[in-house]
Amino acid sequence: MSLIQLLIDGIASGCIYGLVALGFVLIYKATETINFAQGDILMLGAFVAFSLIGVFELPYILGFLLTVLIIGSFGFALDTVVIRQVIGQPPFATVMLTIGLGFVFRGFASIFWGTDIYSFATPFSGKITEFNGLIISYVNLSIIIGTMVLMTGLYLFFTLSKIGVAMRASSENQLAAYYMGIPVKLIFSLIWAISAGVAAVAGVLLAPITLVDTSISLIGLKAFAAAVLGGFGSIPGAIVGGIIIGVVEQLCGTYENYLFEGIREISAYLVLLLVLIIYPRGLFSDKAEVKKV
Amino acid sequence: MRFIFKTNYDQDINIVRHNGDRISYGLLVAAMIIIPFFIDDFYLGELSYVFILAIAGIGLMILSGYTGLASLGHAAFLGVGAYTHAFLLTNGIPFYYSIIIAVVVSFFVGAAIGFPILRLTGMYLAIATLAFGFIAEHIFIRWEHFTGGNRGMVVPTPEFGGISFYDSATFYYVCLISLIASMFAAINILRSPTGRAFVAIRDSEIAAQSLGVNIARYKALSFAISAGFTGLAGALLAHYIGYLAPDIFNIFFSLTLLLLIVVGGMGSLHGTIYGAIFVGSLPQMIAIGRDYLPSSIGSQPGLEPLLFGLILVLFILYEPLGIYGRWLKIKLFFEMFPTYKKQTFKKQKTFTKSDRV
Amino acid sequence: MGYFDVNNITVAFGGVRALNDVSFSVNQNEIFTIIGPNGAGKSTLFNVISRIYQPNNGNVVFDGKNVLNLKAHQISQVGIARTFQNLELFENATVLQNLLLGRHIYKKSSFLSDMFFLNHVKKSEREQRLKVEEIIDFLDLQHYRDTPIHGLPYGVRKNVELARALSTDPKLLLLDEPSSGLTNEETIDLGFWIKDIKNLLNITVVMIEHDMSFVNKVSDRILALNYGQVLAEGLPEEIQSNAEVKKAYMGE
Repeated sequence: MSLIQLLIDGIASGCIYGLVALGFVLIYKATETINFAQGDILMLGAFVAFSLIGVFELPYILGFLLTVLIIGSFGFALDTVVIRQVIGQPPFATVMLTIGLGFVFRGFASIFWGTDIYSFATPFSGKITEFNGLIISYVNLSIIIGTMVLMTGLYLFFTLSKIGVAMRASSENQLAAYYMGIPVKLIFSLIWAISAGVAAVAGVLLAPITLVDTSISLIGLKAFAAAVLGGFGSIPGAIVGGIIIGVVEQLCGTYENYLFEGIREISAYLVLLLVLIIYPRGLFSDKAEVKKV
Repeated sequence: MRFIFKTNYDQDINIVRHNGDRISYGLLVAAMIIIPFFIDDFYLGELSYVFILAIAGIGLMILSGYTGLASLGHAAFLGVGAYTHAFLLTNGIPFYYSIIIAVVVSFFVGAAIGFPILRLTGMYLAIATLAFGFIAEHIFIRWEHFTGGNRGMVVPTPEFGGISFYDSATFYYVCLISLIASMFAAINILRSPTGRAFVAIRDSEIAAQSLGVNIARYKALSFAISAGFTGLAGALLAHYIGYLAPDIFNIFFSLTLLLLIVVGGMGSLHGTIYGAIFVGSLPQMIAIGRDYLPSSIGSQPGLEPLLFGLILVLFILYEPLGIYGRWLKIKLFFEMFPTYKKQTFKKQKTFTKSDRV
Repeated sequence: MGYFDVNNITVAFGGVRALNDVSFSVNQNEIFTIIGPNGAGKSTLFNVISRIYQPNNGNVVFDGKNVLNLKAHQISQVGIARTFQNLELFENATVLQNLLLGRHIYKKSSFLSDMFFLNHVKKSEREQRLKVEEIIDFLDLQHYRDTPIHGLPYGVRKNVELARALSTDPKLLLLDEPSSGLTNEETIDLGFWIKDIKNLLNITVVMIEHDMSFVNKVSDRILALNYGQVLAEGLPEEIQSNAEVKKAYMGE
């Protein structure tokens, strides 16, 4: 397999990591909370899409949009009902809370949908295209293009729309935004809605590759590596971080024999630890920190 | 309400505050000593498991509850303790030496891991320990010479004066003694300057630093001590399971330990015991609960994680001080009756993005 | 060269200069007050001295030792103690435990001897306690000895923080807005205490303050800062009549 081929696979899976990492970053910037259940929300997204498209046989696009809408509303409700109660408590509380929620989601999914592995038909399944001798699957293409479209959409939303700007303001300075008459609580819930929606997009795009079962929630953990690598503060950073992780994983998988066996599965975590130890600010940190001793 | 009239500084230094405590804890230990004569082997084994969990809980409590550092990968240290102990026993090292070496090895692994990652704070630390947990689990799988890899590893059974370790009463006493010793060690650490420095780091790093606490050193020390206790628990756990497989020491076990300290009560050693009893009996409770649920739900494998998560969420939201905190409130309610005020335990809310240095 | 010298300190956060070439000298056994409007760089200065911020330029010399060569946790070992503007107490510990942490630099035991609570640990605990009790008596904290911090009123908390700093047996005490948030009565008490700290305990005091009547009553000398620069330095009466200082405060 050629290197470019490898890169494409890496970029595609990296986009998924990036999308999940994006969700982390949005929430972290706004509320200083890390949502450890992000991967589980992705899993819920995949399951809902399976129900809509696979079971109720809705058209793919309609099912896709409906899934994002459902999971987005779910994210909104999650913040309003649960998360809001622990804002301002020590990080430990929010970490444990979201971990607990993750378990609840996973448990719920395996009770509701069972423990079988599901798949549903997508317009991309099984199709490939050839380009200068490179074989690119439609699924990979759909992930990469989907990510690009979503990124552009989010960028426009945050720079042009009134709500988007209010969100950025609330993330910069909660109190000041509140004094300016921005409904900060509502904005935070909307941010949760967006990041849940983004996770749902990732889940639906990923479904043709990994199929649908509860274990895909583990992607959330690998996406931490992407978020940290990207500096945990910038949206493009999250995507670039994700792509780097995806590519590193592919490379480690291919050259496993030269490194050591099993490195592929832990490469994301190794990168994560190395970045945290050597360069904890990440590649794209937008914070100009005061030099401390 | 009991008022203690203090006439001597030692009354603040000593472990027991008054004779009432001395009597009740004495009775508790006495009951634990005679219990093997009254209950059957199955429950004795369960009780031993609770003791092991409590020891690991003490370890994590020192780190998370007293030093304020979350670790999402603590099962790794259970693994280090378990594998080291089993490996040494297999190679003919006597039990006592082996278990001490296992604790020391865990301690130093903890220190080695702690130094680089403890510069991180809050969320970053949680993520880093999570990654560490995964990597450790992987090392247990791949380092076959030492761990037997996925095939697993039989834990040899030592003997005490001709009585095999698999006699559950013998094992029970070993666990009980280990727990009591761990408890004393933890209490001593926490009432000494070392423990005070831990608490200082938890409550305000910047103030601790200005008072001369070397933050990096004490964080690593806390991590190492915590790993030491957890390693001891791991070594005992090795005997409890009898056969080590790498997937025992997975992320789920790490989170179970966190559940233990959250449910028991953050920042209290009593809490580790309550939490261990809770976590130890959780599978039984779920098994009993299944019988009462409609079979369509009761037979689902997803029930366990669901309840696990739900308990965690409910405790964090409604009883952040855990069972021990609830117990204190109930006690105070009766002591103060009828003047008890609900606000006594109310915590002030704070904004995020504080402007503290 | 004085007892405590700050020379040409400059701190820049990004493009903003929080402190620009600030120098002053404090004599031994003197109460030296730093005043200035909000954002003048006062707290930044304290954070430079306690090694939280690294200055871009300049040096700090205390009792012949270059403070900037020390690590943050070594500051208290050379005899500098401080309080914080927004109280940095150990919220879930008792007053007594907070003060005992002030004795941390006198800890000699290793964690192993702590773990077995050997006799010398116990002996040292008693000795530290004796010293802490002196401070408790000095600042009238007997009543709150075993109360956790989070249950204390604000004025008492400020007092505990002062007591904790004194427990380290400092030679130089840095107080960051000691009177802010106190009632009139408490401020009067504080004035007496600060004078006692200087006269009875022979500790040099450098403090940041806003309350000018309090400042004039207590201070031996005053330094006025504005926008990170030294405006004036002198005796209280000189500062009171200084035109520049008036301008900065009135905002003409």
